Amino acid sequence: MARRRRPKLAVWKFSSCDGCQLSLLDCEDELLAVAGEVEIAYFLEATRATAAGPFDLSLVEGSITTPHDAHRIHHVRKVSKRLITIGACATAGGIQALRNFHNVEQFISVVYARPDYIETLRTSTPIAEHVPVDFELRGCPVNKHQLLEVISALLNGRSPNTPPHSVCMECKLRGAACVMVARGVPCLGPVTQAGCGAICPAYGRGCYGCFGPKETPNTRSLAGWWQRLDVDERDLVRAFRGFNAYAEPFKRESEAHEGP
Amino acid sequence: MKDPKTRTIKVDALARVEGEGAMLVRVRNGTVSEVQLNIYEPPRFFEAFLRGRSFREAPDITSRICGICPIAYQMSACRAMEDALGVTVDGQLRALRRLIYCGEWIESHALHIYMLHAPDFLGYAGVVEMARDHREIVERALQLKKIGNDIIDVVGGRAVHPINLRIGGFYRVPSRAELRSLADRLEWARDAAHETVRWTAGFDFPDFESDYEFVAMRHPDEYPITDGRIVSDKGLDIAVRDFNTEFEELQVPHSTALHARVRGRGSYFCGPLARYNLNFDRLSPLARQAARDAGLGPTCRNPFQSIVVRSVELLYACEEALRLIYQYEVPDQPAVALEPRAAVGHGCTEAPRGILYHRYEVDADGTIVSAQIVPPTAQNQATVEDDLRRFVAARLDLPTEELTWRCEQAIRNYDPCISCATHFLDLRIEREDGP
Repeated sequence: MARRRRPKLAVWKFSSCDGCQLSLLDCEDELLAVAGEVEIAYFLEATRATAAGPFDLSLVEGSITTPHDAHRIHHVRKVSKRLITIGACATAGGIQALRNFHNVEQFISVVYARPDYIETLRTSTPIAEHVPVDFELRGCPVNKHQLLEVISALLNGRSPNTPPHSVCMECKLRGAACVMVARGVPCLGPVTQAGCGAICPAYGRGCYGCFGPKETPNTRSLAGWWQRLDVDERDLVRAFRGFNAYAEPFKRESEAHEGP
Repeated sequence: MKDPKTRTIKVDALARVEGEGAMLVRVRNGTVSEVQLNIYEPPRFFEAFLRGRSFREAPDITSRICGICPIAYQMSACRAMEDALGVTVDGQLRALRRLIYCGEWIESHALHIYMLHAPDFLGYAGVVEMARDHREIVERALQLKKIGNDIIDVVGGRAVHPINLRIGGFYRVPSRAELRSLADRLEWARDAAHETVRWTAGFDFPDFESDYEFVAMRHPDEYPITDGRIVSDKGLDIAVRDFNTEFEELQVPHSTALHARVRGRGSYFCGPLARYNLNFDRLSPLARQAARDAGLGPTCRNPFQSIVVRSVELLYACEEALRLIYQYEVPDQPAVALEPRAAVGHGCTEAPRGILYHRYEVDADGTIVSAQIVPPTAQNQATVEDDLRRFVAARLDLPTEELTWRCEQAIRNYDPCISCATHFLDLRIEREDGP
């Protein structure tokens, strides 16, 4: 009997820090097993050998910030049977989406002496604003165990098991004391999606929201609790305007605390 | 109309670098007429959006410049802010910082030596292809990389964008038992790193040297990682705060990363080779001996041998991490207290790829007024271009496909981290004559 054809995996990079695709290489104990199950057909960070599409599964890292990339993502979609976005840049625009709240021409002139050499869009946007996406994996960076779970699920035709509940649930699961209740430390855990393992509270600091908003987050209520801890409006804007600033619930909440 | 004598050869996008860029070499009448290392990084404007943020946010925000070396960004930001606030972090808190930074060197160096650079020397497209013939070597690589990540995980909370570093120290300090749990595997890693030096020393290296200006940090009694002065082998010896008086950044049309130069002299070279050449006497006896056994003198000017030097540093980082773990005592406080004040601060640390400089101006309530970040890959860009120009000129008789691969290898000597940059390294050699 002929051996089953191995599914072809591709990894694509847009505007990002490389950390999420690095998470795949960080699967030190699983990498060679993964490479046995799938054909790593396009992964420039790992190999100069590239196979032609179509690909069974594409992992997309990064956000869309240039006219060229806005075009390229359509090509990626066209050659991919399934497309998963990995990380806060690809799912929410990333930290570079802070430009969406400012005048980008000003930004360019802060960094570059010759702004005319620089080609960029006014906004940094998630992949799903440009093409249909089959699954969005959260995190800045993604959790490598969740990444393996999603790859395995999609290749086996089942839904990934990535809970949409809040970081609070993970704190309870690992038995970490609530930093907000016990020590009055402002924490975004109640409105942030689980997946990291509640590491910030476990290390004694408040969650800073790097996995983005949970399902149906009550950001307004949480902001009220922060105000009772003497957090001022400016710091509320900063808190919601982080690595997932352009995710709608966080965007709305940060705008609610912005001065006139 | 295209000149029939002009040939444009388009080949694979350059792989096995962090991030993406492009290279263009033009050959005309038997000489190299133009070389461009193009970085098409979609600009992310960190220096702009840091304005108006709290000084406390700088480490977490700037770590997102690079997922490969987040500790470097967090540490340079911390050092710069502590300089601005007049705060000193020393004793075991400083030792813990050095330890987590060793973890990043181990992780990043193991990744580059084995997975990104070695395939060039052995003729493989990548590490997965290499694993088919050299499974044990690749497994050694993965375990070395893993122990580096595990140090970052234990001290920092997670391997990529760790959450435990802050200005003034840490949120939570590890117990002695937590650090001791790493020791057995680090003992193994030290031996595996020693084996790595021997392994890379046996590669074939093209005869290629140049009169570079090497720039690195130098510390009174340590191999430099988190602090020191900035020195060069051409007489530079400055405090970190004088960075901008000695170096300048220039914008060129073909790159969104700024080129850096020593004022009045030109391009320079930072990274493992520079650190090694300027600090050989600060390495451990074992690392020095391993270097000598590998055939390296106290100075090495061949960038292709950077893979051996990187292996020597890998060995040193494993030894140093072990030393720090065995000498660790839990500090009384996880961080020193901070009061914002209006000031300017400078910080420079040795990222795996070379010196990383940060400068911040903060106002009285701790709001960032301005930020400047100079990553190592931007500093090396001009030197990479110089190398390519000379390298290609001496090898015009090579078939284009092979020459292209050798050029990629020459770029990877610098372990370029274009993530701070990005996009296609769309490698092209245009020839208007020749084969």
